[in-house]
Amino acid sequence: MENSRRRFLKNAGFSILGVGAGSMLIGLSAHTSKAVSPDAGQRPQFSMGDKAMEAERWGMVVDTRKLNDSICRKMQEACHSIHNVPEPVGESAQRDQIIKWIWPTEFQHAFPSQEVEFLAEDAAHRPVVVLCNHCDNPPCVRACPTRATFKRERDGIVMMDFHRCIGCRFCMAACPFGARSFNFRDPRPDIEDENPDFPTRMRGVVEKCNFCAERLAVGKKPACVEASDGALTFGDLNDPDSDVRKLLAEKYAIRRKPNLGTFPSVFYIV
Amino acid sequence: MLEKALRGSKKYWTWLLALAVLIAIGFFFYLRQLYFGLGITGMSRDVTWGFYIAQFTFLVGVAASAVMLVLPYYLHDYKTFGKITVIGEFLAVSSVLMCMLFIIVDLGQPMRLLNVIFYPTPNSMLFWDMIVLNGYLFLNILIGWNVLDAERNGVAPEKWIKPLIYISIPWAISIHTVTAFLYCGLPGRGFWLTAILAPRFLASAFAAGPAFLILLAFIIRKFTNFDAGTKAIQTLAKIVAYATLANLFFFLCEVFVAAYSQIPEHTAHLEYLFFGLHGHGALVPWMWTSIALVVAAIILLIIPQARQNETTLGFACVFVFVGIWIDKGLGMISGGFIPNPLHEITEYVPTVPEVLITIGVYAVGFLVLTVLYKVVTGVKEELAG
Ligand code: SF4
Ligand code: SF4
Ligand code: SF4
Repeated sequence: MENSRRRFLKNAGFSILGVGAGSMLIGLSAHTSKAVSPDAGQRPQFSMGDKAMEAERWGMVVDTRKLNDSICRKMQEACHSIHNVPEPVGESAQRDQIIKWIWPTEFQHAFPSQEVEFLAEDAAHRPVVVLCNHCDNPPCVRACPTRATFKRERDGIVMMDFHRCIGCRFCMAACPFGARSFNFRDPRPDIEDENPDFPTRMRGVVEKCNFCAERLAVGKKPACVEASDGALTFGDLNDPDSDVRKLLAEKYAIRRKPNLGTFPSVFYIV
Repeated sequence: MLEKALRGSKKYWTWLLALAVLIAIGFFFYLRQLYFGLGITGMSRDVTWGFYIAQFTFLVGVAASAVMLVLPYYLHDYKTFGKITVIGEFLAVSSVLMCMLFIIVDLGQPMRLLNVIFYPTPNSMLFWDMIVLNGYLFLNILIGWNVLDAERNGVAPEKWIKPLIYISIPWAISIHTVTAFLYCGLPGRGFWLTAILAPRFLASAFAAGPAFLILLAFIIRKFTNFDAGTKAIQTLAKIVAYATLANLFFFLCEVFVAAYSQIPEHTAHLEYLFFGLHGHGALVPWMWTSIALVVAAIILLIIPQARQNETTLGFACVFVFVGIWIDKGLGMISGGFIPNPLHEITEYVPTVPEVLITIGVYAVGFLVLTVLYKVVTGVKEELAG
């Protein structure tokens, strides 16, 4: 109900503005391998193999009780190494011009408006891993002036087109979760072991977690989920029989900043 | 008419040369930024907009303030402004030009700027900002130039100019409104998430812009035979007084809402700006200076004797201009990013290259302004002579 009402409002809003944004996103069916210049009218796509995993709306459940520092490090390493995220040292790292797709923080930072005053000591300092929420109603997509950030209607993943992004960083101001990073410099020299199967970025563009769209396309779960020792569960939020839905039916889970109406697809069991 | 800009005194050419040097320095550092990336600025993952976008915001206000001359003159037939309306319009032209340059120097991939046009996205406020800014630039060049040309030839301006002038009035309001909408529609940025942001932007614009016009009128009078007239300057001074008061009032409304509701997302930013947060307070002295300047200016502006005395009026205008520049050009943008959405603090201080590029852009604006004003004063002197 709630969902369809919202969708209606959204569609109504769009049609008032005369925006064909939805149709534009749905029309992305070009099957190409890896990122091709979108200026040729194509969007980054990963060829869908026979084993491709599909869903109506991908989502994730993080069981924070199972997290510890070493698991968090493993997840971050897994993600950053396969996605060619640079690990710079020195000045740019100090000035917080770094890039991160997934990282551990504390409860009070992950949930700044849902503070729990007398949280047990271990719970307060236990790491909480944060990443892009792949919001169902993403403000970053709304703000982007070029549609370089877009929501894939097929499965709800909020994706980036590195070749179209003009680097205005409007999406970074719009994201209420700090999920996005900007390439303040050429990232390539700081990539230790380049993964040839994933595009590297150039300076001046924004990037973030892509829910491992390139792995889903070949039937693999996201890298962080595989590295999580069972702390992360991934699946289709619209399928009542999926692992994520079963977990959510069983355990009480919260989302980050639900009051902002972005409808995150990442849930946290605390 | 442009030939008027080609003949000038030694002072005129020295000034232009000085600006050219600043432009060259700025351009040199811009090339470095282009080559290296925005890493040479003080911006970071948490404070993703800095000095450039703040100057842009401030200058949109200066551009919009031309309407404070256009509206009384054309809608209320307030003849006193007749002489200086074109001064306001040309100030708008150079300000919008600087706004556009500031957007461009802030882009990570400026070569792809045209993507905004290739993939028009009406749900992005930046798309609308592009439209209103370009439209406003076009309107003011067209109107200012044609009206001046007609004045020179001793004829009435062409008929089709009139509707454009009327359009330019709401258009001026729109440029600053859309600029406020860039910020105030973003969820999770409590500092900007306020319906009063656009009205506040307009109030501060109508204070800082006319204050700058008064100062320009003084400068022009000093170097040329063109005098805006005491009456026009005094009317502008009253506009500055009202707008500065309105701006302070709006600001205090903001402070009340934050301080009385005590909602952390709203208080944190003001706290950071005015008292410092968790030991970080780079902007605290600046913000209090801004408040002190604005209050001092208000006192000077509401005492009739002080307002009518051109020396104290000059001081008041400098105070208003600098005070609002600090508020919008320093505090408004980075203040919205500190603390970040995870309630962590990364402070922002512009770097030397960033400041030099900024000065370069201002120099471009002043160069255009000087040339345009040279034409205006040339024409007016010719008519008087
Ligand atoms: S978390 Fe941020 S970047 Fe990710 S979809 Fe939501 S708003 Fe966009
Ligand atoms: S930085 Fe890139 S992705 Fe972000 S809003 Fe600008 S163009 Fe869109
Ligand atoms: S889902 Fe994939 S891209 Fe996102 S954080 Fe996990 S590993 Fe990285």
